Amino acid sequence: MSALLEVKNLKMHFPVKEGILLRTGAYNKAVDGVSLTINAGETLGLVGESGCGKSTLGRCIIRLYDPTEGEIVFEEINITRMQGKSLLPIRRHIQMIFQDPMESLNSRHTVGDILEEPFIVQNIGKSEWRKKRVRELLDIVGLPARSVSRYPFEFSGGQRQRIGIARSVALNPKLIICDEPVSALDVSIQSQILNLLIDLQKEFNLSYLFIAHDLAVVKHISDRIAIMYLGKIVESGGSQEIYHHPKHPYTRSLISAIPSPDPHNKSKRQVLTGDVPSPINPPSGCSFHPRCPHVQDQCKHNRPELRTTSSASQIIACHFDV
Amino acid sequence: MNPVTRRRLDQFKANRRGYHSLWIFMLLFVLSLFAEFIANNKPIVMHHEDRYWFPIFEYYTEAELGGELPIEAQYWEPYVQKLVEDSGGWMLWPLIPYNYKNPDLYLESAAPAPPSYKHWLGTDDGGKDVLARLIYGFRLSVLFGITLTILSALIGVFVGAIQGYFGGMIDLVGQRMVEVWGGLPVLLLLIILASVVEPNVFWLLGILTLFSWIPLVGVVRAEVLRTRNFEYVRAARAAGVSDLYILRRHVMPNAMVATLTFLPFILSGAVTTLTALDFLGFGLPAGSPSLGELLAQGKANLHAPWLGLTGFITLGVMLTLLIFIGEAVRDALDPRRIMAVASAAAT
Repeated sequence: MSALLEVKNLKMHFPVKEGILLRTGAYNKAVDGVSLTINAGETLGLVGESGCGKSTLGRCIIRLYDPTEGEIVFEEINITRMQGKSLLPIRRHIQMIFQDPMESLNSRHTVGDILEEPFIVQNIGKSEWRKKRVRELLDIVGLPARSVSRYPFEFSGGQRQRIGIARSVALNPKLIICDEPVSALDVSIQSQILNLLIDLQKEFNLSYLFIAHDLAVVKHISDRIAIMYLGKIVESGGSQEIYHHPKHPYTRSLISAIPSPDPHNKSKRQVLTGDVPSPINPPSGCSFHPRCPHVQDQCKHNRPELRTTSSASQIIACHFDV
Repeated sequence: MNPVTRRRLDQFKANRRGYHSLWIFMLLFVLSLFAEFIANNKPIVMHHEDRYWFPIFEYYTEAELGGELPIEAQYWEPYVQKLVEDSGGWMLWPLIPYNYKNPDLYLESAAPAPPSYKHWLGTDDGGKDVLARLIYGFRLSVLFGITLTILSALIGVFVGAIQGYFGGMIDLVGQRMVEVWGGLPVLLLLIILASVVEPNVFWLLGILTLFSWIPLVGVVRAEVLRTRNFEYVRAARAAGVSDLYILRRHVMPNAMVATLTFLPFILSGAVTTLTALDFLGFGLPAGSPSLGELLAQGKANLHAPWLGLTGFITLGVMLTLLIFIGEAVRDALDPRRIMAVASAAAT
């Protein structure tokens, strides 16, 4: 079976403009050589701290940005350099859910307008059919049909995110990029939205690229997890493997940071010191070395490539098996 | 009507002050559009020698009416009136039988004459009826203001949208040029220009248009800049919506609201500028009906307070109405305010 989406060595470097003449002084290497695959019906969790490039990666895949290098192959079609109209049929199959449901819905449009827009853009159906379909969509995400004539700000955060989800599934896509869809919501609402996403996945055989900074959330929904640090993937594997047997020191510290509901379970926390280094001027060698508790001399000079580990499906970018 | 417009309209109506202001203003404006039938020194219609005459629409010489002179009949002259009476005819005069440019030659006191039953607001120092001049002046001011507002809205929105949407270098250079342009002293330029050409309405309109769009650019540009990075614009792009469609459906409505709320204020600004120029004597050519000229007369004739008072009250009322309308429009287009009203109505 071929993969639904294949990303090969993707790079997204943003020029940093300097001075009053706006000359390009340096590049912000937000995504720096990422490869990943997503199979049909699968959820890939993408985890990393703020500013590690996970949202940029998502936006590259949905072609909001023009990647600097690399390939994005969707259903065996290379969409990396497609522009304008030729992308339209692809867009039908790749949709996106955004982080902030207040900002991702135009507050001047009614929910009906918002949900109808994908059909108008793709020129699908007549007005009446579209209106009917909009009500079906609302029903699918668990909102009353009378929401049609209401405005986004009349809804709570969770309900708004449901509207965002309804918009993303409107065209029966194959892949949905979820850009931190629950991180702006209350914990109690988070699980409702996650369960909705899981139900929709079963119903429509969707694939998700689930971007989050919270491993606990990702574990709940993902089949596989990829950990990103400073524009690169440092570890990826099955979600149980990653969660229970993390191999990369960065992954370990992320997992140890998950709060445990059991007060007796006082696991040792590995607290990371410092911040994520600037992607404009990343550290030499392994980009994690300034913060790594197991740092060796080698790490400062040689960049570790992704390699397989004792477990076949798990790959890490680290020189050592610590 | 779609529910959005419906709610906005309801919200606008809910603001009683703004709503009534709009009605009063529209009433005054529409009435002033028919100024020729309200204040004129020609009869609207008259019956003479067994036929009807329409002096407002047609040019009749005195000779045609049976008089002697081959020039247009002077209907206010007792001679002409006697001609009509002698033939058994009648004249239907407008409510105010004077127009804005011809002085009343049969004034009983020295000009400026105080208010009397003949001249309800008195006459100015040229013996012209103040009320007639007021009606024509109001019409000229409002028409001038509306034209200027429309022109500056077109230019301002266009420039602002281009700067905001393309951003970067275009925005940077454009904004600096707008700032330099906006720094020019408009009134001074107009005064210099008035010494070179004889300014008429179109000259003034053209020159003021060159500058009046500037305040709009900032608003539209900021709104477009803000909106184009919104997640919902990103969402629309991800859905494959074209730039033009995004601009029209997601970006411009926001900018248009900002523009629309600005328009009544630009209108009142335009009226004020025209008045100021006329007051200083650099505006419309001498003899034009203008509120500024009325104010200048009031200043020159302090012993005739009806001149200054009339000008002041008219201008004050007009600008107040415009501001009230502007406020109501602004509130009506604010989505959060719409909600407050809708939920209040539901409970």
